[in-house]
Amino acid sequence: MKSIDELILPKDYRYADDHEWAKVEEDKVRVGIDDYAQDQLQAIVYVELPEVGAQFQKGEPFGVVESVKAVVDCYMPVGGEITAVNTALVDSPQLVNESPYEEGWMIDVKPTDLSEMDTLYTSELIKEEILKRMEEGK
Amino acid sequence: MGGDMKTTRLHDWHLAQGAKMADFAGYEMPLWYAAGPREEHLAVLTKVGIFDTSHMAVVLLSGSGAFDLLQLCFTKDLRRCIGKDNTPLSPGKCTYGAFLNDRGEVIDDSIVCQVGLDLYMVVVNAGMGAPVSEHLREHRGERAVEITDFTDQLGKVDVQGTRAARIMWKLLEKPEQVFEGMKYFNVKGHFDPKSPHADAVRLADGTPIILSRTGYTGEFGFEIFVTSSGNVKLWEMILEAGEEFDIQPCGLAARDSLRTGATLPLSHQDIGPWPFINNPWPFTLPYNADQTGFTKDFIGKRGVESIASPEYTYPFVGHDVRKVEVHDEQAVVLDGDGHQIGIVLSCVSEMGIGRHEGRIYSIASPDKPDGFVPRGLSCGFVKVKTQLVPGKEVFLRDARREIKVEIVSDIRPDRTARAPMNTMLCS
Repeated sequence: MKSIDELILPKDYRYADDHEWAKVEEDKVRVGIDDYAQDQLQAIVYVELPEVGAQFQKGEPFGVVESVKAVVDCYMPVGGEITAVNTALVDSPQLVNESPYEEGWMIDVKPTDLSEMDTLYTSELIKEEILKRMEEGK
Repeated sequence: MGGDMKTTRLHDWHLAQGAKMADFAGYEMPLWYAAGPREEHLAVLTKVGIFDTSHMAVVLLSGSGAFDLLQLCFTKDLRRCIGKDNTPLSPGKCTYGAFLNDRGEVIDDSIVCQVGLDLYMVVVNAGMGAPVSEHLREHRGERAVEITDFTDQLGKVDVQGTRAARIMWKLLEKPEQVFEGMKYFNVKGHFDPKSPHADAVRLADGTPIILSRTGYTGEFGFEIFVTSSGNVKLWEMILEAGEEFDIQPCGLAARDSLRTGATLPLSHQDIGPWPFINNPWPFTLPYNADQTGFTKDFIGKRGVESIASPEYTYPFVGHDVRKVEVHDEQAVVLDGDGHQIGIVLSCVSEMGIGRHEGRIYSIASPDKPDGFVPRGLSCGFVKVKTQLVPGKEVFLRDARREIKVEIVSDIRPDRTARAPMNTMLCS
């Protein structure tokens, strides 16, 4: 597993408690899972994504990421409407492992309330949080 | 991790490699290494993998009463358990079966290896050395048999995959002699330098080992038993010799998905505290030729013969890689009408197989379609109240989802475990 210093947590992304990332790109918010989550899961073999047009509140599950050993839900870091999903993940779910912040993105969201971004962790704060979790053996 | 977790001699090596560690039966063991469980699983199917299985336990039985005690306690009829012709277990041969309690429920499954005359090695699961030894002592009676529990005193390394023989060839003293006539489920040697059998298999540096053509992956390979003090050295020697063969260290996640794909049960999960019958492993019971009765008496016989409401265990394969989770909340089995008919015992992602035009192929299938890349399929075992036939579709449901799966008689095709030694030396 990666050590805390090996984890990539880009500064221009925001992070949710369950290790989804969110990045504002013009009028939309792009969402995926962070490097810590993909490293913990290893070998992602299936990604279930929502329909375009579906509406979710912040904190609601929007999809499922399945690895060889685990099946986990992904939660909306901000509420809104799904405007696009990354269909490349259907054939190549391993993109989430290989490129969690770029090619492994999951959904685009038209946010209901962009200020929900402010409730998310910054890169520095999620790193502290991860360190805490590592020390607690979570 | 808890402070009282047991470890093997290779624990420091696992940590140094950055392995993801987890508790398995009280031992902190590697789940996977940096390559990840998918690559490790595929390495065993296409090349070769190495597993630390030193958490497993060994019980040695010696003496003129050993055979008779095993005949009473083990499910196999040792007088007729070898080959198609039902010949007796003899020195150099192994057989797979289980130890049952009086109710016919599984204490543990085991491979019994006859190391020599009146000398048997009983290989059981992690933490099971003491309970199995105790069970054997309880039934010993007046028989002349010494029962020695070697828990935590031996190292065990499994080398599994088609390149395993070429790696061991490099490491053995007199490899030609050792491999001569060594078939599937054959065993040679002894880890104790004082044993007369020790000379049968030695590493080039003189270390005596037990070499067994067994494993629990369904693929060609060996289990190697050595004294604990030689465990790390053996591991490192195999890795070094295996470098040119692209050997891959593998953790318990790959072991779990490989054994499930090979349609083998995990003790205390797929077999356990329920009668050991009506499952995909009838060959472990001492059935007579027409399967109407048993050829010997054994502990648990009455339990498996007299069941009020039978349950049936079947292997299944899904239509894609999606699983249900069996650990946190019980996943259930539903028939086509939505009636609950049973529970899911195991469900894993078998990343080496995929479906193509209605047939399941393995990444190692010789006749796989051109350009076949396995996408993986979920598979495992269910235990249900009604009898099902292969091909029957049922539904598995956990808290998250419902998946359609097919009851099958076997999971991963084209396994290599039984391949002749000579084909593995020159491939």
